[in-house]
Amino acid sequence: MSRPILIRGGWLIDPLHGIQARRDLFLRDGKVVEVSDQPLSIANAQVIDASGLWVVPGLIDLHVHLREPGEERKETILSGCRAAVAGGFTSVVAMPNTVPVNDSAVVTHFIRSRADQSGLCRVLPAGAISKGLQGVELAEIGALVAAGCVCVTDDGRPVMNAGLMRRALQYARPFEIPVMAHEEDLTLVGDGCVNDGMIATRLGLLPIPASAEVTMVARDLLLAEETGGRLHLAHLSCAQSIELVRAAKRRAIRVTAEATPHHFTLTEESVAGYQTHAKMNPPLRRESDVRALWEALADGTIDAIASDHAPHGALEKELEFEKAANGIVGLETSLALTLELAWKGVLTASRAIQLLTAGPARAFRLPGGHLGVGAPADLALIDPEAQWTVDPSKFFSLSRNTPFTGRSLKGRVTHTLVGGRLVFQRGEMMEPLQ
Amino acid sequence: MIGRSLTAERSSASHLLGIEGLEREYVEEILSRAREYRQALKAGTVENRLAGKLVANLFFEDSTRTRSSFEIAAKLLGAEVLNWSPTGSSLSKGETLLDTVRNIEAIGPCAVVIRHRASGAPHLVARHLRCSVINAGDGIHEHPSQALLDAFTLQDRLGSLEGRAILIIGDILHSRVARSNIHCLRLLGAQVLVSGPPTLIPSGIDALGCRVVLDFRSVLRQIDAVMALRVQHERQALSFLPSQREYAALWGLDATAVGQMKPGALVLHPGPVNRGVELSGEVLDGPRSVVLEQVSNGLAVRMAILERAA
Repeated sequence: MSRPILIRGGWLIDPLHGIQARRDLFLRDGKVVEVSDQPLSIANAQVIDASGLWVVPGLIDLHVHLREPGEERKETILSGCRAAVAGGFTSVVAMPNTVPVNDSAVVTHFIRSRADQSGLCRVLPAGAISKGLQGVELAEIGALVAAGCVCVTDDGRPVMNAGLMRRALQYARPFEIPVMAHEEDLTLVGDGCVNDGMIATRLGLLPIPASAEVTMVARDLLLAEETGGRLHLAHLSCAQSIELVRAAKRRAIRVTAEATPHHFTLTEESVAGYQTHAKMNPPLRRESDVRALWEALADGTIDAIASDHAPHGALEKELEFEKAANGIVGLETSLALTLELAWKGVLTASRAIQLLTAGPARAFRLPGGHLGVGAPADLALIDPEAQWTVDPSKFFSLSRNTPFTGRSLKGRVTHTLVGGRLVFQRGEMMEPLQ
Repeated sequence: MIGRSLTAERSSASHLLGIEGLEREYVEEILSRAREYRQALKAGTVENRLAGKLVANLFFEDSTRTRSSFEIAAKLLGAEVLNWSPTGSSLSKGETLLDTVRNIEAIGPCAVVIRHRASGAPHLVARHLRCSVINAGDGIHEHPSQALLDAFTLQDRLGSLEGRAILIIGDILHSRVARSNIHCLRLLGAQVLVSGPPTLIPSGIDALGCRVVLDFRSVLRQIDAVMALRVQHERQALSFLPSQREYAALWGLDATAVGQMKPGALVLHPGPVNRGVELSGEVLDGPRSVVLEQVSNGLAVRMAILERAA
């Protein structure tokens, strides 16, 4: 057992308990033992001076691609965990589109053992919905859940077969896990690679209409209602999708949704000049979609901010636009981009933190996400005043694909603790001896 | 003939990546220089302004007329021409576009003329090369030399394009010729109308400064020139179109349609024409058609472009 830790003098933001106040926290045996509005003094404890810092529950990212097994050139579980804790994340959900695909307990066990070796961040594997992500036959969802998968998804591609999606929602019910949907009707996408509109037309890039996402969201909401299954919608990007989710929540359909920092920060304009770092799936949309995301983040229509951390090398990005890979790395910029919305007044600070903690924890029924007594001692300390400039060469991730290079951001993680152990402190990894 | 100048590093490359964003003066200058070249070609007085220089023709996509046109234009100016195409080359061996063009650049061209199926490919290349990059057609984005030769041909026949009404008919969505022409014609003061099957009209095209007309026959009486675009066979497979026959019936130009245009109005086509589809044989061979003039004017225009870039 590691030494008890006393976090002294910080400003606690614990959205689940509605706390925003100066508190001392005492952590022992991997749990929060005491939260006090009086200064604590405990013999033997390692003291972390948190004065001037926010103390928040460890951030949870429901959507990351760690690339291991299979594409270790882009990221490994270890490097991804480093990036995670550097960004304040203490739990990440690892997408199954690895090589081989995480569609069997063997692969799930491998991911978990690699994560344990890294000893940094909790890695929660997501299993595949369909064998090999082929969209034909269900994967062994029971075995995947028994091995530790927290959800199933074919993320990276849609489940085009509505019958299969319906079965997945039915079949997953007794396991009480969400079925995460990557919503994209491939027949509407065709060879499209950017949002349908002026930019696509000007650049001569084939368009992806909003309907490619929205029709699939509509379909899956109907299927979730009909089956009683739990649906989680990944990376929503369109105003119309949000309208559907808002209405579905009013009808008590079991649905949760996430949005990415890039979709609520950037528009299709970022693609100008054939910037492959702005090539995403779903594509960056319009200003009006960004505004709709802001509203949905504020009013609870969206439950969680997830990075869709998608590492790629120059080999996948220094290419003709239509050939370049989709996606960007996000773990090390998610928090500060979320805080931008707080500084702008779009979200309260507490809501911003909630979207990265209690929100995702609730969506996936994970144990963390709050700092009540007895909660896992997963937390992040944030210097809300720290100004910094995004410099990909300083990322802990093995990949550098970000459209935010040079962006000036405010708010940075100073310490990250996982299970009561300090794993990241002021730019340094504190990895356990291997 | 190939000497030191071939490998000399250039300090400031002069690209032609697209018409969008060009100044009107630049376009006018190219067109006026092209008029001089056409005169010089007739008179046999072209100077070897590119003597000792190398122009690399990189055609990643098939093309006969554009490639030949650039090649002959370069040779007429006295340049050496490297013709490179992916057949049997390293492209099929997995080399990236950038690696390929870096290798070509190492041979020392003053300009590379690039045709590629991916929109933006010349822009990617231009970011990484020191020599000038001339876009000879990128995906469905732009085809600037085509637009310049079209403008040249139109000016030659109509005089100033200020206030002229030019109608572009066809597959606007997949047409680099349409995009470059909309920019170029607008720059020269013309009014641009576009028409075609609604499945092939891209959203937001009007923001480029043109007007979308659903029924082109209703506006023919005001039109100074029609530009028909090539319709690709493969559009049928993706249900953009039911058939070439239906296209010809609804969007093809026949003698009746041409007869409704302004007196002296012109018919253009970037080629290759599907005879009987975009243009009836009668129209293609008729007095309004300037399709072959477009081709011969292309030479003078490309000489002006190369001179500028080299």
